Parts: sequence; structure tokens; C-alpha cells
Amino acid sequence: MHKIRLARFKESAIRAFFFSSGVLAVLILIGIFATLLYTAIPAFKEIPLSEFLLKKTWDPTSPEKAQYGILSMIVSTLMVTVGALALAVPIGIGVAAYLSDVAHWRVREIIKPIVEMLAGIPSVVVGFLGIVLFGPAIAKIFRIGNGLNALNGSVLLAIMSLPTIISISEDSLNAVPPAYGEASLALGASRWQTLIRVRIPAALSGIIAACMLGMGRAIGETMTVLMATGNARSFPHGFLDSVRTMTADVAIELGEVPYYTTHYYALFAIGLVLFIMTFVVNIGADLILHKYQEREL
Amino acid sequence: MKTSTRKKIVQTVAFIVLRGCLYLVLAVLLLFLYDIGKKGGGAISWEFLSQAPRKGMTAGGIFPAIVGTFLVTVTTALLAVPLGMSAAIYLNEYARQARLTRLIRLAIRNLSGVPSIVYGLFGVILFVNIMRFGTSILSAGLTLGLMTLPWTITASEEALKTVPNSYREGALALGATKWQSIRTNVLPYAVPGMLTGTVLGLARAAGETAPILFTGAAFFLPYLPKSLGDQFMALPYHLYIMATQHHQIQQVRPLAYGTALVLVAMVLGMNMAAFVIRFRLRRKRR
Repeated sequence: MHKIRLARFKESAIRAFFFSSGVLAVLILIGIFATLLYTAIPAFKEIPLSEFLLKKTWDPTSPEKAQYGILSMIVSTLMVTVGALALAVPIGIGVAAYLSDVAHWRVREIIKPIVEMLAGIPSVVVGFLGIVLFGPAIAKIFRIGNGLNALNGSVLLAIMSLPTIISISEDSLNAVPPAYGEASLALGASRWQTLIRVRIPAALSGIIAACMLGMGRAIGETMTVLMATGNARSFPHGFLDSVRTMTADVAIELGEVPYYTTHYYALFAIGLVLFIMTFVVNIGADLILHKYQEREL
Repeated sequence: MKTSTRKKIVQTVAFIVLRGCLYLVLAVLLLFLYDIGKKGGGAISWEFLSQAPRKGMTAGGIFPAIVGTFLVTVTTALLAVPLGMSAAIYLNEYARQARLTRLIRLAIRNLSGVPSIVYGLFGVILFVNIMRFGTSILSAGLTLGLMTLPWTITASEEALKTVPNSYREGALALGATKWQSIRTNVLPYAVPGMLTGTVLGLARAAGETAPILFTGAAFFLPYLPKSLGDQFMALPYHLYIMATQHHQIQQVRPLAYGTALVLVAMVLGMNMAAFVIRFRLRRKRR
């Protein structure tokens, strides 16, 4: 009797241990949010929220009057992200459609790990190639002094978000019930018509979610944009302007800022804005994917 | 008749465009590997791999950065692997489809989307300041460990899912407790797969820069770190420095290329190892 009770106790202790490591994920997520919020709050005692979000000038070290407006950075981040998506979405969906509907399954088996390899290249290496490869090329094509600008960042971020977009879009194309495609073919549609009118629309929610996840990656990417976009603080007016994204600004300034100053707190406030933006995008993608999975089941 | 010819032409053209998309992606990857391989290959020598940077980092090698990245990655693994595995065991073996389980999964998916620089900020507050680990290997490794955690959980859970239910039921039917059945019948089957996914996660962590910028990576250190409390040089951070911060950027380009090659070779090597393990595993099971 005693032994059984001991065994039961041991079992529930083990269960409790695994449970706590499962719950840890929730605690970390809440912890990150709480930490950012707590550290950002002192910044808003000095800077009104409206000024922080809507003013274009970011000059925290000015000797006369420090200014903390991150609008230029928000616009820069959105600009490189939109640019990246404009390139990556059509190409990514094209590759996914080719792999799922056109290519032989053997080709697919070979190509998939190769595309995943692209995801494995560290962001700092991609940024480096932005400096040595894409920068000079862009400078030459557009006849400008240097190619470290929003366009360069967009191209690199497109490359970095492609693997995400390709693999999730392909998964959702493969999850379309075969009967849909077969019915369309039986009615005399070509494979291309079937793909474009039946299969892609049927997989659309998954494809949209894939693009949103790619977008989340692009918004939060730091090293590539830090290295390849030039980091000028001014408000961007076009893709050939040098831009400084939110991520890049934090990376540049956190190393030099004195601790526990308004500037220091403001950098955490930028982190908070970043966290909220990516959180919203990811939750959105998650809701779409989930709805889509439930319908399939 | 006419429409069917048109249909065929449209389809042919469309499929060529789709294939073009794929070739474009492959061409970019090839261009990357070729450029780094060609220009980085020239910089690689025994001296480059085994010595510290000299003369204001215009000569010498990257040995301290290799050691630093290795030590940080080990620290990352010490946090992310056991925690990731046990969280996966909870989710796949113990949890029922309750509201809390859904919340945990939602949190995991969201954690993998949190920007790496935000993990860096979190690491500065939690490990450097609150826990007083300072800027050190420990702080950087733990920060990377948190970032890697969602990947190791997901990968481990995938591996657990491949274990047939009859394995569990067989043990339970013989009177084994839940944990006994997991330990003797589920884990031996799942651990190789769990490790495969984990290596992929660690490879990504080893190449990350943003989370270690403020938690322990050093611009230049003439000596190797002696303990986990020391600062360190890291390959990705060293590449960043050589590519953008060095005062003689053009002169040290070859060294930057060499660093990039070593970094890419290391990360892709880890990827490759994971794929080989996975491939062998699949074959064995058939």
C-alpha cells in the first residue's frame, strides 16, 4: 500500500515537472511583454505617447532639446517590409505552386531542403552580402553614390522571408482535398486553370497566413537592415533613400546609451512597439491558419 | 479546337514562369554560396583558423570567435534542449486538449515570431541586470536559449508524434505507469528525431547576432574566455564588426569574407548533419 502511494506521488511529481516546463513558454511570453512595458513606462513620463509615435525627429542626444519621435523609423520599417513582400509574395507563391502542382515529387524532395538551406544562412551573412553584392549593383543600376538604402533592405528581406512563404504556402496547397482538383480537371479545365481558379483559392487562407508570417519576420529582422539600409535618421521619401528601421536603431544605440536615462527607456519603448507589431501580425496569421485547419478536419 | 490550343499555350507559358520563380530562388542561393566560397576560400588558412586577430584586426585569425561561438552555443543547448524536450513531452504525452494547452501552443508559436533584437532587450534586463550575470557567455547563451526554446519544443513534439500509440498502450497494458511507459517505450524511439530538430535550432542560434549584441559579445579580446562569466568574441558579431565597424573596411574585406565562409560552413554543416541523421532514421524505420 505504502509502495503504491509512493509510486503515485512520484508519477504526479513527474507530471508536475513536465507541466511546469510546458507552462514556461507562456511565462516567457508574458515576461518579455511585462519587462518591455515596465522598462518603457519611465520613458512616457518624459515623452507624451503622441509625440513618441507621431513626431518624425529622433534626436535623443541633442544638446539643446532631445527629441524622441519614432515616426520616421516606423515608416522605414513598414517601407522595407512592404517592399520585401512585393518581391517575395509573388515569387514565393510561384515556387510553392510549382513544387506542389508542376514538379515531379522527386524534384520536390530535392528542392525542399535546398530552399530550407536559404533559411539557414545567418542574417548577418545576408547583410554582409547586401553590402558587397547588392549595394554596388544597386548603385550602378540607379547611378547613385551608394546602394545602402531601402531597396537593398527590401531585396534582402524578401530573400529571407521566402523560405517561410514557400514552405507554408506549399503545405496549404498540398492540404487542399484532391477531389477539388480532380473535379476541375474532369470538367475539362487545364492544370493551370485548376491551379489558379480552384486550388490556390482553396488554399488562400493558408497562403495569406504564410505571407503574414513572412511579414512578421521582415518587421523584426535586425542585422540585415542594420547593415544594408544605410541607417540615415531622416524621414524616407523613396526606396532609394537610406533608412533606419526600429530594429536597427535599437541595435545601434543600446550599446552606447547610459543606463536608466530617458533615451535608454525610449529604446525599450521602441522594443515594445516592435513586440506589439509582430505579435499582432503573428496572432493574425495564427487565427487564419487555425480556422483553416479546423475547416479541413 | 482553337480554345484548347490557346489553353495549352497559356499553361505552358504559365508553368515556365513558375519554374522561373524557382530558378530565381536557386540562383540567389547559388550566388550567395559561390561568392562567399570563392572570396572567402582565399582567406582560409591554418593561421586564420587557429590564431587571434592581430594588428588592430587587420591580420591574424578568428580563433577566439570560433571558441566563443562554440561556448555560447553549448550554453544555449544546456537551456533549450532539456526544457524544450520536457515541454514537448508535456504537450504530446500529458496534456489534454484543454484551454491551457491551446494557450501554451499559442505562446510557443508567438515566441518564435518575437524579433531577435527584442530577445536581446529581454536578456539585458533579465540576465545582465536582474540576475547579475553581467555581459557574459552565460547571459548571451541563456538569451539565445530562450529564443531557441520554441523551435526545440516544436521539433521535439514532431518527433514524439511519430511514435505509434501501440508502443504506449503496450507498456500501459503491462501495468507500467505513465512515466515508465514514456521512459522505456516512447523516448528511446523519439530521442534521435528530437535531437535532429534540436540541432537545426542550435544552428540558427549559433548564427544569430542581435540577441548577443548587448548581452556579452565583445568587439575584440586578445585572450580566450576563462569562465562563463567572461565576455567573448563570436563569429557573427565578428563578421558584423569586420563588415561595418572596422576603420579600414576595404583592407579587411578578405578577412570578413573568410569569417562569413566559416560561419556559413558551420551553420550549414550543422544543418546537413541534422538532415543526414533524419534520412538514416527514416531508412532504418522502413
